[in-house]
Amino acid sequence: MESLATTTYQALALLLSGDRELWAIIGVSFRTTMIAILIAVPLAFPIGFILGTTKFRGRWALISLFNTLLSVPTVVIGLLLYLLLSRSGPLGDLRLLFTDQAMIIGQVLLAFPVLVAMSLAAFKAAERNIWETARTLGASPVRALLTLMHEIRYGLAAAGAAAYGRIVAEIGCSMMVGGNILYHTRNIPTAIALETSKGNFSQGIALGFVLLILATSLNAAVITLQRRSEHHR
Amino acid sequence: MGLMLKPLLLLLVLSPLAAHADFLKLATTTSTYNSGLLDAIVPDFERQTGTHVLIIAVGTGKALRMGRDGDADLLLVHAPEAEKEFMDNGYGNNRRAVMYNDFVIVGPASDPAAIAGQTDVAHALQKIARAQAVFVSRGDDSGTHKKERHLWLAATLTPAGSWYREAGQGMGKVLQIADELQGYALTDRGTWLAYKNKVTLKLVVEGDQRLFNPYSVMQINPERFADLNHTAALSFSDWLRSSETQQKIKHFRINGEPLFIPSAN
Repeated sequence: MESLATTTYQALALLLSGDRELWAIIGVSFRTTMIAILIAVPLAFPIGFILGTTKFRGRWALISLFNTLLSVPTVVIGLLLYLLLSRSGPLGDLRLLFTDQAMIIGQVLLAFPVLVAMSLAAFKAAERNIWETARTLGASPVRALLTLMHEIRYGLAAAGAAAYGRIVAEIGCSMMVGGNILYHTRNIPTAIALETSKGNFSQGIALGFVLLILATSLNAAVITLQRRSEHHR
Repeated sequence: MGLMLKPLLLLLVLSPLAAHADFLKLATTTSTYNSGLLDAIVPDFERQTGTHVLIIAVGTGKALRMGRDGDADLLLVHAPEAEKEFMDNGYGNNRRAVMYNDFVIVGPASDPAAIAGQTDVAHALQKIARAQAVFVSRGDDSGTHKKERHLWLAATLTPAGSWYREAGQGMGKVLQIADELQGYALTDRGTWLAYKNKVTLKLVVEGDQRLFNPYSVMQINPERFADLNHTAALSFSDWLRSSETQQKIKHFRINGEPLFIPSAN
């Protein structure tokens, strides 16, 4: 094996030379995760709002369900989805196994509990009178919800960033339901696993760089946003 | 969740990629993909037919399972006994020979079991077990793992103990683990040639008839799964066995050494 320095140098050269395969892998990662977040957010935030601001029977059961889902390993979600989507499984007719759509579904499922749990906390912390004032002033429920969401936008953005961080870095589900097919379902984490097993460390490191930079900036974003949401109050 | 998932799934199904272009899902073993063979020959097929080949590289056990479940259109695998069983159970269709290579045993240069140059593989395994020398097994029900278990049977031994390590990973990974642990491993020659410059291991046993490693292509029984891409599967199978592709397989080399010997005719 070459020295770490040589491998790292080769990795940077690969990234900067615009290697087609490498950038296709990065593209798959970004495309699937962005779509997944766009699908998950409009579904998850209203649930977070309802759970955070209203009282009804079974509310605590739902909250603990989402908290439990937070810690379900990604491979378990992957396995369940594999069995569901397999041609011999209940949703086999959709022919989704080993497609990027299957990866997106997995990512939506993984992002969902994070979005619900974190937005719930943000909604809970928001001043209840914002909602009530908006309603008294004649705003429709949707309009009032948007006003409220604007007030706690930093908290919600933190939820989005945290959920994105979870799905862009996970490997278990993507590998299982995506199948690691080049140009289709090979994303950054599955490519790193494959290249490492092939002994191509430089490509692994190049992709690792991208993920590391992304993770660091997401983390920084979450922290900044959370601090801002605290100041905001 | 279930209620919300349905429109979501519909939305995804309607996205353009699912419907139009012609795709062939080929489930194959890590040895054909990680060695670079498929990357070298498949683009020709894609150019000639306009069919995109989606290669899913897994162990033979998983590939066969995918065939049985209708999750792949075509299989390219190497586990003769399991393939026969697959055919006998009515899961497969049109099983045909494509090529072969052979297995070899590699190990550390220090050769603690003193088996270098052996041509009797069963005897070599017995010596490894007697010396309690580290042996790294695939442990993943792949074609190579199935072969390894047959060889232990031939050696009338059940490998167990702290010297016998089941990795549960692909061939390349197992060679790396064997290298780190300075242990022995059974590997197909293709992967070995692709890795031998990356590890300090040496080839110690080769040439035994029992190390023969034939690859077959199998379609999926259309009576079980009518709407798989059977047309493209057949044309890929025909194309693999065409004299032109067989020549390409013969001339595919890694570090100047041939990996596979075509066997369609």
